Amino acid sequence: MARPCPAASLPDFSILNHNHRDQLIHLLELLPGRKDLFIDPALMPLLDRITGSSVLKKHEVDKFFKLDGKHIPGGCEQRFFLIRPEESMVKIVADSLNADKACSFRRKCKIIFTPRKLFCCDTILELEGVYGDVSCEEWECDLVPVYDDVLSMEIPAFFRDFFLEGNQCWLYTVAKSLCKLQSIYGTFGKVYGIGRSAKMVNELMEAFSGDFEDGTNGKGNNWSLFLIDRDVDFVTPLCSQVTFQGLLDDVFTIKCGSVEFGSEVTGSEKNVKINLGSGDKVFAEICDQHFSNVFGFLSSKAKTLQASYDKRHGMDIRNMKDFVANELRMLKQQHRFLSLYIGACEVIMKKKMKGDLKEQLKVEHALFEGTDTKRCISYIEECINRQCPLPEVLRLLCLLSVTEGGLLPNDLRNLKNHLLQSYGTEQLLTLANLRRAGLLADQQPLETMGKLVADKTVGKAVDVSNVTSSHLVLVFFLGGCSFSEIAALRFLGRSKGYRFVVGTTALTNSPRLLEALMDA
Amino acid sequence: MALVTADWSPMGDAFYRKTELYAMSWSSKFDISNHLVAAAPYGGPLALMQDISRHEKVSASVRPKVSIFTASGNEICSFLWKSGRVIHLAWSLAEDLLFVQDDGQVLTYDIFGSYKGTCTLGNEVKTTKAAEARTFSCLSHTGLAVMTSALRFMVTTNLSKHRAMNYPEPPALCAPPSCWAACYQDRRAILIVASAHDLFLLEPGNVTLVTPPGLSVPVNCYLDASVSFNGKLLALYTDSGHIWMGHTTLKEKIGEFETRNPMRPVQLEWCDNVDGSVPAVVAMWDEMLLVAGPKRDLQIQYPLDSPSYLVPEMDGVRVLNITAHDFLHRVPDSCVEVFRIGSMAPGALLLEASKEYEAGSQKADEYLREIREKSGLEHAVEQCITTAAYEYEPTTQKALLRAASFGKCFLQAYRPENFVEMCRTLRLLNALRDYTVGLPLSYTQLQQLTVTVLVDRLVQRRMFPLAIRVCELLHLPERQGRSRVLEHWACYKVMTMKAEDEERLPKLIHERLGDTTGISYEEVAARATDMGRTELAVRLLDYEARAEKQVPLLMRLKRWELALLKAIESGDTDLVYMVIVDLKGVLNQTDFYFTLRKYPVARNLQLKDLESQISALNDAATEFSKAKNDFAAKATEEQFRLLRQQKQHSQKLGLDLLHLSLHATILKLLRSGHVAIAERFVRDHRLPDRRWWWLKVEALAYLGDWQELEKFSKSKKSPIGYQPFVDACLKHGNRFEARKYIHKLPPEQKVKGCLATGELEMAIDTASERKSEDDLALILSRLPSSIEPRVNDKLEALRNQLGRR
Repeated sequence: MARPCPAASLPDFSILNHNHRDQLIHLLELLPGRKDLFIDPALMPLLDRITGSSVLKKHEVDKFFKLDGKHIPGGCEQRFFLIRPEESMVKIVADSLNADKACSFRRKCKIIFTPRKLFCCDTILELEGVYGDVSCEEWECDLVPVYDDVLSMEIPAFFRDFFLEGNQCWLYTVAKSLCKLQSIYGTFGKVYGIGRSAKMVNELMEAFSGDFEDGTNGKGNNWSLFLIDRDVDFVTPLCSQVTFQGLLDDVFTIKCGSVEFGSEVTGSEKNVKINLGSGDKVFAEICDQHFSNVFGFLSSKAKTLQASYDKRHGMDIRNMKDFVANELRMLKQQHRFLSLYIGACEVIMKKKMKGDLKEQLKVEHALFEGTDTKRCISYIEECINRQCPLPEVLRLLCLLSVTEGGLLPNDLRNLKNHLLQSYGTEQLLTLANLRRAGLLADQQPLETMGKLVADKTVGKAVDVSNVTSSHLVLVFFLGGCSFSEIAALRFLGRSKGYRFVVGTTALTNSPRLLEALMDA
Repeated sequence: MALVTADWSPMGDAFYRKTELYAMSWSSKFDISNHLVAAAPYGGPLALMQDISRHEKVSASVRPKVSIFTASGNEICSFLWKSGRVIHLAWSLAEDLLFVQDDGQVLTYDIFGSYKGTCTLGNEVKTTKAAEARTFSCLSHTGLAVMTSALRFMVTTNLSKHRAMNYPEPPALCAPPSCWAACYQDRRAILIVASAHDLFLLEPGNVTLVTPPGLSVPVNCYLDASVSFNGKLLALYTDSGHIWMGHTTLKEKIGEFETRNPMRPVQLEWCDNVDGSVPAVVAMWDEMLLVAGPKRDLQIQYPLDSPSYLVPEMDGVRVLNITAHDFLHRVPDSCVEVFRIGSMAPGALLLEASKEYEAGSQKADEYLREIREKSGLEHAVEQCITTAAYEYEPTTQKALLRAASFGKCFLQAYRPENFVEMCRTLRLLNALRDYTVGLPLSYTQLQQLTVTVLVDRLVQRRMFPLAIRVCELLHLPERQGRSRVLEHWACYKVMTMKAEDEERLPKLIHERLGDTTGISYEEVAARATDMGRTELAVRLLDYEARAEKQVPLLMRLKRWELALLKAIESGDTDLVYMVIVDLKGVLNQTDFYFTLRKYPVARNLQLKDLESQISALNDAATEFSKAKNDFAAKATEEQFRLLRQQKQHSQKLGLDLLHLSLHATILKLLRSGHVAIAERFVRDHRLPDRRWWWLKVEALAYLGDWQELEKFSKSKKSPIGYQPFVDACLKHGNRFEARKYIHKLPPEQKVKGCLATGELEMAIDTASERKSEDDLALILSRLPSSIEPRVNDKLEALRNQLGRR
């Protein structure tokens, strides 16, 4: 049933945010009275995104602390710990509880695990002897809308846990969150998947379907779901990012839709944090553009802005009053953003251009074309010898392996030797991890050249319009996706008349992807 | 329909009525006054126990009989009491029967007379013996207050959880108090204890002597005290025959009534109501029941022909004796308006109109007109509906509902929800009041109790079919209603199952329960486990769809492999972990690994654990060579050598080299001038020439040894080109030195090098030599803000040469 409208409208995902917030507040109210909140540093941006501190203060949260292993004595008689279900975090919480015990200070403590508690957490609490002293809650904060059309679970651990260690615990969370999504926004008309975890998630979703009542009674969206495993395509996230937002992420690290600029951008002592998903028009226009266009665009914007400012000359009093009342604030706001973007651009230029971005892009192109492998290898070797940052070197190495369908054993051995000499033998573990995740391989003698084009994934790819009748499509990346991919999907949507919603376990880029696989 | 007002008795503006609930069908004739009686509120069950302490000759061997009846007098069960001496009998809020013994033990039985548990009030009560006890309700729990023979008071607000608390002793209490009462207020229990003419208020850690305000005559002795159903009001009976009514705080008086009867009543209770008007107090003597209002003349007397027992409810008092079970309550206002003789309330007129209409009389129209003139038809309909709620006689209910239905025909856009809801509720109430069920709930009580609790009570009475019918009638959601009942039914079946049914039962249960949403087979299986029926539990668990419920119970049943299988099937790794960890503790190592081998997913998880333990390189090397991973084995061995050398030289040179990579080690050595040692490392580890050049260039530039750098550059042709020389010089801030190497760069890199070192002119020259547009673009992009005119001319020339702009 094809609808006449060219692109379906986006569902309002802010409901998810509200639900998460209400649930958190409910959990905090389980202990009435004043309390301190200790937060897993990794969850800070997430919490920021979902609720401000003023809301929490209203619910009797006294102080916020970063949970970094330092024991903080005193404070309220009630404490909440908000953490991811990770061994290290649970250990820190247990230490803090034990420190209280040591000075025989009794207080009520609750641990909130998000998105769920894992069995290992209980075990650690037991081992540390504090199992009976705390109670645990779960905050099912799974899919968070970071932009209008991007839902992220903010679980970067998924990639390593599943693709490296074969740990499936997150699949359960993914499937559950998708079912929840269905119960709010309507059932998926069709589900397509590619990859191992995609299949498992789909099976789990079917198993859960009985547990969720279809709240919308079929009046929901007519939409479909594409589940995509990260290991189906490693090439895209390993490539250099060239969109503005991708580079912002590479240089400044975007956390849950917000980015923090340091003094080099702001030009003052203070750091400035801005929410990129807040719907600033200028950002919406530049975020998916090729970086080389951005500077020009921003300077022309700056000129029009200046022109709007200049309008005030030669205004009479009444118009001036209007101007000050309505436009000035908006202009000031725009001005602030614009200067931040320009500052960020300059920093990006400085950092990226220094490292011969052009040379790098040339090498990448050569890799895709499979033309000059020799030169690529020597370029990588040079990078290793120059002690370039390890993730950068690994990126090129993996890109080489993935595009060539593996490396000749001799080349691989040489490069590995160089790598170990430069970065230490302990990187042996990292290399083993890369091999296990399929990012680094020996070339199988029978395989032919020109791997990328003949790649089986590409062969299987189908035009969306052939498969789905709905104009709204949720594309869910299991293992993370990059801003470049989001930009590409938005572009595809615009040109084909679809609305893509991107779901992902986390927003990633090549350094984060590779750091997840690094050991040592 | 008989005259509805026939059994109404006026008291001031209000009316009271005693509605017969049941003619009691006790199985045998007995005297209530010889028994301990307990009756649960909300039309709950009755318990009677022979009170042997009242007999003169008590022999220890006498075992009193305990009988439990429904409110209609049907015997549910009876048994002989074999435990200690019971001083108090009461029902808890959850309808468990509590036997308070004089040794402080409280035994709990369910309504079928099966023992559920014991809790104790502590040693003090055990030694001094409890003399009297009172139960009271605190929020959702049942509280108990006990007075010991040493006249100490112990109170607990939650029998099942909290320990009994010692209350302070009222001063100068040497004889047992003439009366006392307990209630719950502001999160604590309060005792009101009367010792002759003194009245004490006991709270935890505090005793206050109080006088009820506004008592008109002096008091020698308080004979009786009674707390209302909601715990807010207190009635005191004095030796002068006065009843003082007021708040339990004893700070405010509501009224006073003079009975002129100095005899202590057998029972004194409040006759509460819910609409907020002033309640009355009911005092009972052997042959008379007195309803006393808060003023002198407000009273009604009922004669009693046999010993009775009063059961306070939230909206009245039930009067129970050997022949009848009555409900004494204030007639609700809507009933008064509709039925009072000569009433012109819209409801009354509508009822009349409806009757006339049925009789085919045109008067119906007149009445209707009259109501509509006052534009009160909607109100009239509502009034008839509400009134029906409070009537017990189905014919009256029907007449009222028919009137309502008649009236609503004349209303436009009348929303029928209330009407339909009331029809359903009355059908339910009438069914419950049937003597075979024996739950005489009033409409108000049902509202308070809520339907879900009602269903629970029916389930507790094992009236499963009725419970399901109730759920269906009221359209309760499956999870709250039907499936909950079915689950209880299944549990009951499991508990009462005979051995030969073991084969049949799971199937039977599954047939009945099916896949009804919200059924938790886990609950049923857990019950089977408690009963020791492992096989049955496993088979029941097979029907459980949620793995997170299934697996833990399977583990409890020691079905490890099945648990592991189900955990893996569920896709929830967390569950798999849970099973593995337990499994490891249970099985010996061989069996453990053997089991794991069958399940690859589980093995993956196990491996992760192992890997983190491999820390020592030694182990690693052995493992690597075992695994035939030559590369890794060699790399590890080299790392050995490196570490040993690092250690050796660290000590010798006073440099911290440990744990650095080979590259970093050599760089550090070079930077600190130990060239010879660095060269040894290079030889030992067969460092490639190119790397050696990179290192050397970087180190020399770092040291600022420009001469040596230049010498090095000329030692032979650089395998890494000369760009690194330029870069290194620039990195360490020597533009001048950098220029030396520019001429050695290959032409395509030259322009860039020139620009980096600030040799703009040379850059332009080179570009013009190469005729390269790319170079020109590069130059233009890095143009400084001010340039010498000479250079500018050259640039222009180049531009022209390349034909641009």
